[in-house]
Amino acid sequence: MNQATQAAGGTAAAVLMLAMALASGPSRAATPPPAEPLKATVSHWWTSGGESAAIRQFADAFNAAGGKWIDQAVAGADQSRASTINRIVGGNAPVAAQFNTSRQFRDIVDQGLLNNIDDVAARGNWNAILPQTIIDVIRIDGHYYAAPVDIHMPAWFFYSKKAFAKAGIKEEPKTWEAFLATLDRLKAAGVIPLAFGGQVWQEKIVFDAVFAQVGGPDLYLKVYRDRDLNAIRSPAFRNVLVNFRKLRGYIDPGSPGRNWNDATALVVSNRAGVQIMGDWAKGEFSAAGQVAGREFGCFPGFGPKAPYMVAGDAFVFPKTAKPNVVKAQKLLATVLTAPGPQAAFSARKGSIPIRPDVDTSQLDLCARMGIAIMQDRARQLPNPEMLLEPDLNGALQDVLTNFWNRNQSPEQAQQAFAQAIQDNTW
Amino acid sequence: MVAAAPTRRKAGCTAAYIALLPMALTVIGAYVCTMLWTARVSVSSARIFPTGDFVGLGQYERLFRNARWLLSLENLAIYGAIFVIACLVLGFLLAVFIDQKVVGEGALRTVFLYPYAMSFVATGLVWQWILNPELGIQRVVRQLGFTDFTFDWIVHQDKALYTIVLATVWQASGLVMALLLSGLRGVDEELWKAARIDGIPVWRVYTSIVLPMLWPSLSTAFVLLFVMVVKLFDAVVAMTQGGPGTATEVPAKFIMDYLFGRANIGLASAASIVLLATVLAIVAPLYYARLKAQARGHA
Repeated sequence: MNQATQAAGGTAAAVLMLAMALASGPSRAATPPPAEPLKATVSHWWTSGGESAAIRQFADAFNAAGGKWIDQAVAGADQSRASTINRIVGGNAPVAAQFNTSRQFRDIVDQGLLNNIDDVAARGNWNAILPQTIIDVIRIDGHYYAAPVDIHMPAWFFYSKKAFAKAGIKEEPKTWEAFLATLDRLKAAGVIPLAFGGQVWQEKIVFDAVFAQVGGPDLYLKVYRDRDLNAIRSPAFRNVLVNFRKLRGYIDPGSPGRNWNDATALVVSNRAGVQIMGDWAKGEFSAAGQVAGREFGCFPGFGPKAPYMVAGDAFVFPKTAKPNVVKAQKLLATVLTAPGPQAAFSARKGSIPIRPDVDTSQLDLCARMGIAIMQDRARQLPNPEMLLEPDLNGALQDVLTNFWNRNQSPEQAQQAFAQAIQDNTW
Repeated sequence: MVAAAPTRRKAGCTAAYIALLPMALTVIGAYVCTMLWTARVSVSSARIFPTGDFVGLGQYERLFRNARWLLSLENLAIYGAIFVIACLVLGFLLAVFIDQKVVGEGALRTVFLYPYAMSFVATGLVWQWILNPELGIQRVVRQLGFTDFTFDWIVHQDKALYTIVLATVWQASGLVMALLLSGLRGVDEELWKAARIDGIPVWRVYTSIVLPMLWPSLSTAFVLLFVMVVKLFDAVVAMTQGGPGTATEVPAKFIMDYLFGRANIGLASAASIVLLATVLAIVAPLYYARLKAQARGHA
């Protein structure tokens, strides 16, 4: 016992001496290192296996470009953003922080707490190469305040090829009506037609998919962008709600509260036919060794003109006057948006690059399909978070989850929808 | 003696005040100041950052037009009533049961109190699995051969709240048991002997004599349970995330959602203040009654 303690004490002393030697090392070195690398503390919420592999691509590229990436990952998007905001308020802001490409950081811009990166944008010719939907969010009053890093499509239709074969379905549905018929056939074949996770945000994603596909982009923008109360009270919007509600006939009793990845697992194991979910679901398929186009298929909507919803992530750069930090911010913005890191990142993240001039050979079938669709500007549709403040978006989630889960009439939902928009706009 | 007492008491008082100072500073700094600050934010238009403007009761008006907030309050009232009563009844019965000097009392006490020691983030997930119709009890019983057995409360709009009651009663009734048991142990043995001589049935002694004597323990238990009701959050998040739909939404979750994910600290602060006012409205009369009872006792 005593000996053990002594031995432990000895080890501790040795470690301490070693640490002291290491700490004093640099000061004794004859020549200082040539140039101090630009340190950048980067706050983000990419902590899962695939995600951290993806962000490592950015970190490596930044380090190679003369920076020093200091990773500050916080698990959970809400928690990560809350920590960023607290640090900005507390005067200890990170050099760069992740937000969704959305109105989440709009207040911080309005308070004058972010540095703009106009010169990086000008040098990179962002006006010309970035999709307009993204520019609309990151360029505020003519200044660029965020470096977009990826484009996610939050409402893909993923389906199990085996389940489709079992139900005798030969081709992907080309219209909404054909989609409902497909679900009917899956149901008849004894498969769960729609893999559904009954959590508010997932319900909202499915609703937005129905909204974009059934209601069309015009109505969608009238409601979400223009907040047109007459559009909400219109028969066309009622029709969207009715069709959303129709999907309730195709889910299983275990769906309330289910996590999105558990719903994806139902499709992976061919127990369910279709899941409407963001492209991050591809990670679950590839983790099970499945390949897009072989075991599972994907389509972003119905027909060749279907709208393609755009979402994504971006990094913002909290205000500072320290020249070295500003330099680090600019270097970071340049690296994050450069073609090389973009290609490496997208291949691991499951998203698509923010620019068209990127090597796509490593990307999967769905991502390549997405890139092709993005060429057609008319098909790009901003996701609701790009158009709505977080609290309004949340209030609409509450309205839709009530409509989905309670026996509400579409008229009641229309009324509640309009009320939420009125109450959250001031 | 009359002359000597004040000086001694004064000296004791100073020491006591010095000892209390750190705690008093903590209370004033960490509780009262933050409360005042929250009240200030609740009358501003703050969204993601606190702002200094003044919008009167605008946030409160918005709050009470918000269907989810009203539903959260209603859920809390229903939940609170059932939870507190169930915990008190069950805890009392458990305490009486253990008070019968059963074999292995120590082990049983630990078993009953143990749920309280565990984090609900972990146990809530287990409850979620147990109650899930596709994974838990329903599936097991059906596999045993009772194919039309149904127990799917957790996925039903109008029953999901009761699953939260079930799980939290499981957690908290052990605490009530421990509190009441210590009260029961304080009941004079002579009283029992007297009752036995008079031939009063045991249940009657418990309900008419012992229970009123347990009043201090009961009111402590009530306050503790009430606090648990108001801050109910982890159980909901771990078990249902407020769903299905908004069936199990509670005020604390509303506040957390608006504080962080929905980035509207003005509305969240207004909700916190309403919650605080509710707590004061219920606890203050209770506290007052207790003070009065004490005063009567001394008189």
